Order: sequence, then structure tokens, then C-alpha cells
Amino acid sequence: MIQPPTWVIQYLPLVYIAFLAAFTGYEVISRVPTLLHTPLMSGSNFIHGAVLVGSMVMLGLAQNLPEQIVGFIAVLLGAANVTGGYAVTDRILEMFDRAKQREKKPEA
Amino acid sequence: MEWIYDIIEPVYLLAAILFILALRAMSNPATARGGIVWAGFGMLLAIGVTILIPVTLPSSSTLFLNFVLMGIAIAIGGSIAYYAAIKVQMTNMPQMVAIYNGMGGGAAGAIAAVDLMLSNWPANQYAPLDIVGGLIGSVSFAGSLIAFLKLQGWMTQKPVTFPGQNVVNLVVLGLAALFGAFFIIQPAFLAGFPVSLLAMFFVLGLLYGLFMTLPIGGADMPVVISLYNALTGMAVGIDGFALNNFAMIVAGVIVGAAGSLLTYLMAKAMNRSLSNVLFSAFGAKEETGVELKGSLKPTDPDDVAVQLAYSSKVIIAPGYGMAVAQAQGKVKEMCDILEQKGVTVKFAIHPVAGRMPGHMNVLLAEAGVSYDKLFDIDEINPEFATTDVAMVIGANDTVNPAAHRQGSPLFGMPVLEVEQAKSVVVLKRGQGKGFAGIENDLFYRDNCKMLYGDATDSLSKVVQALKKL
Repeated sequence: MIQPPTWVIQYLPLVYIAFLAAFTGYEVISRVPTLLHTPLMSGSNFIHGAVLVGSMVMLGLAQNLPEQIVGFIAVLLGAANVTGGYAVTDRILEMFDRAKQREKKPEA
Repeated sequence: MEWIYDIIEPVYLLAAILFILALRAMSNPATARGGIVWAGFGMLLAIGVTILIPVTLPSSSTLFLNFVLMGIAIAIGGSIAYYAAIKVQMTNMPQMVAIYNGMGGGAAGAIAAVDLMLSNWPANQYAPLDIVGGLIGSVSFAGSLIAFLKLQGWMTQKPVTFPGQNVVNLVVLGLAALFGAFFIIQPAFLAGFPVSLLAMFFVLGLLYGLFMTLPIGGADMPVVISLYNALTGMAVGIDGFALNNFAMIVAGVIVGAAGSLLTYLMAKAMNRSLSNVLFSAFGAKEETGVELKGSLKPTDPDDVAVQLAYSSKVIIAPGYGMAVAQAQGKVKEMCDILEQKGVTVKFAIHPVAGRMPGHMNVLLAEAGVSYDKLFDIDEINPEFATTDVAMVIGANDTVNPAAHRQGSPLFGMPVLEVEQAKSVVVLKRGQGKGFAGIENDLFYRDNCKMLYGDATDSLSKVVQALKKL
């Protein structure tokens, strides 16, 4: 049996994943109302904080001082991205919740 | 130690699924908060198992030190970012979103740099991806930083321009691309990228991010912030390919796609192309040769209060001026009084009002205005005709009927049609023009009156007058 060439095995699945993920991203948010544009943006800002995962791998692999310095910067920035992104998003969404509830009370 | 991947990979898959579900939940205000909590859970899992990865590597003399450094970096970066995010005022949210996004871009750039330096792992056939991801990441980092400085007021919000700017920008980008191409077609360097050359490559990327953002003015920030969000996402996705890390691929590509869509929506809300926003230094020039008939008619808070109190329906159109004056609390106070008097109050939110997508919604929510009362441009425009008073608070270009006039720089931009209300009150700091430097036809209309002054002051007086009625 003939094996497919290496690039098919190695790269093609990744390209498929990229396309599917791009379509998913597009479809999932295509009807978001203006109301939620900020939390959507800052929520996706948090999600690309997955960059921290890569930063940690890279710092783990570092073998000399320059690599350690740049790796350290990567983890530092990645950690800031992920925690800051989460905190901002949660704070905004909490406000939306609270504003909604506060308005409901007087009617009840 | 290969079994560790039996744990890591399924956890990454789970995290990716949670990310997608979280974004899905973001499309509805009732489910959004639950969504972000799930995404946070997924992120914690992904980060938790990632600590295992270096354990699978051949032990080296630096491994222990690297772990210590990792802990320190996470503790410092995480705590500062968390503290800042909790403490910062809501009016300063746009710059916080910009800076955290920039940090993601910076991390993506730094990851690519380390991967290029580590030429012996994994026999680096993915170097071209690192070059691309690194370039996009560093552009996003520097660009977001400039956006942050502009929004924070540490730099002018006006477009910074100089002659031949677009040419200079193009040269910088071209040089960066040449450097990148050189790395790729010179396989000799794959045995080890010289740190000095790599540094120059990344400096060029950073410079391009800087130059690209300088000519973009404050009112175009909603487009810019969401563009850099998309770019960081792409950089993370590309890095993910280079590292063969599925959590990063899925998170990055999804954010890249979602961010691109949001950027497109923002540019469309101004009826301009993305390249027009990025390269035309909009707002640096003023429109000339248009004579407007009519006059500016000032009014006072007592009149406005009477007018409002005897209306049956009022629509409020807020803009960046409300954010600057921090007037959202007063707006809410006024609404409460009006509602007690039986007046229906609604809010008309233009997609690009303010400095980031959805900026007005966030401020009004902070003040306690329920999102049931906030309406998109398409929902609210038909309602102006049956409205007694339309109140414009610190908005200008987004309510300018010049957008209907051919030849105006705003022509074709969807605007809030406040001029169709029986009467219009515009709260404005002074007689200056809007960001786009365009005279606002609205102010000269017969049914439009101007209430000059700081929005918070003006509204306080209106509220006082309303209480006396």
C-alpha cells in the first residue's frame, strides 16, 4: 500500500482544524447584539490567553539565559493577558446582571 | 513518560470545547456570565496540565530554574493584571482591553522568538510559522500599546501624521518581511538563528505596530481595538501550529475569526473600509465649502426639564462625551425620575459610539440601566418619528444627518436619526466640531436646541429642575 506523502499526514489535519475553527468562530458570534460587543471582545481576549500555555512550554524548554529571559517575558505577558482578560470580562458581565436585577426590584 | 500526553491532549480538547461553548453563550446576556466561568474553568485545566509538559523532556540543568521562573512570572503577571482589572474605573475599560490584548500579542511574539532560538527542538521545520506568528504578535503588541496610550490620554487622541507616512510604514513592513523571508530561505540559519538578527526582526515588527497605530484617531479606536484582538488571536493560532498545541490552535483561530468579524462590523458601522480606517488618518482634515442654514439655538436646563416631563416618549443617544464627563450616573437618575412621571425612556446605541465596541452599554450598565432599555441602531431608528424628545449626550458624528448628504465625508454611514423626533436636545461641551471635523447639520435644524456645558453639570441641573416640577 502506498503511504500518502508526509505533508498530507503532518499538515493537512491542522489546516482542516484551522478552517473548521475559523468557521465556528464566525458562526458562533455572527449574531451578537451591540449590547454584548465589549464582553465578547474582552471574552475572546481572555480566550486567546491560551497563549500562556505555549509560553509555559517555551520557558520550560529554555536552555540559556537569552531564551530564559524571552521565555520569562512570554509567561509574564501571557499570565497578564489571561487573568486580566478574565477579570475584565467577568466584571462587565456582572454589571449587566446587576443592572438588570436592580431594575426589576421596584416592579416586584 | 509518554502517558502524560494521554492526559494532556484530552484536557486540551475539553478546554477547546469549553472555549467554543463560552463564546456561544456570549451571544445572549442571560447566559454570557455562565459562559465565561466555563471558559475560565477550561483555561485553568489547560494551564494545569501544561505544567506536566516539561517533565517529559530530557532533563537539563536549567529545567528546575525554568520552573521557578515560570512560577514567579505567573505570580507577578497574574496578580498585577488582576489587581488592575478589578480596580480600574469603568470609563477606563477600553484601554484595559487594549493593553491585555497587547500582552497576548507580546506573549505570542516572545513564544515565536524562543522557538526560533531553540533551533534543536523540534528540529525546527515550523520556523516559517514562527516568523509569521512572531511578526503578527509583535505588531499587535506595539499597536495595542499605542492604542492604550492614546485612550489613557498619555498621548494625543488626534491622528499623528507626517509627510510620507504611508511610505515609511510600508518600508518598515517590507524590511520585516524581507528579514523573515531571509530566515526561511537561508537554511544555514536553521541550525541556529543568531539572536542579534532575530532581535532586529522583532524590533521591525514592533516599529510597524507603532507606526501603523500613530495616524489612527480616537473615534476609530473601536475598529483598532477589535482589529488587534483579531491579530493577537491569529498570532496565537499560528504559534499553536508551530508548537503543535491544539488548545492554542483552536483558541487562537476562533478568536482570530470572531475578531475579524467584529472588526468588519465596526468598520461597516462607519461605512468605511478597514484600509480607509488604517491608512487615511481620518479626522485630520476638515470639510470645507458647506454652508449650513439656520442657527445654533441654546437652551437652559429648566426648559429641558419641562420639555422632558411633559413628553410621553424620550430617547437618549449617548456618545463619547458621556464617558468623558462620567455622566452615566446622572443619566440614570434622570431616567428614574422621568419613569416615575410615566415617561417611556429608551436608549439608542450606535455601534461605534465611544472608544470600543459596546462602550456605551458597559457605562450604562455600570450606572444600573437595564439592558432591556438599550436598543441597536436598526431597532431604534424607526421609533424616532414617534418620539417627543431625543436627547443627545456627547455624541456628534453618530447622529449627524450629513451622513445622508452626498459629498459629505460621512456620507453613507448609518446614523441615529434623532432629527426625526419632535424636538432634539443636544448636550455638548462647547461649539467645537465632532471627531471627524465635520459640521453637524443636526445642530442647525429648527427642532434642535443646544444645552452647552459639562454633561454631568447640565444633567444635574436638569434633574434638580425635574424634582421641582
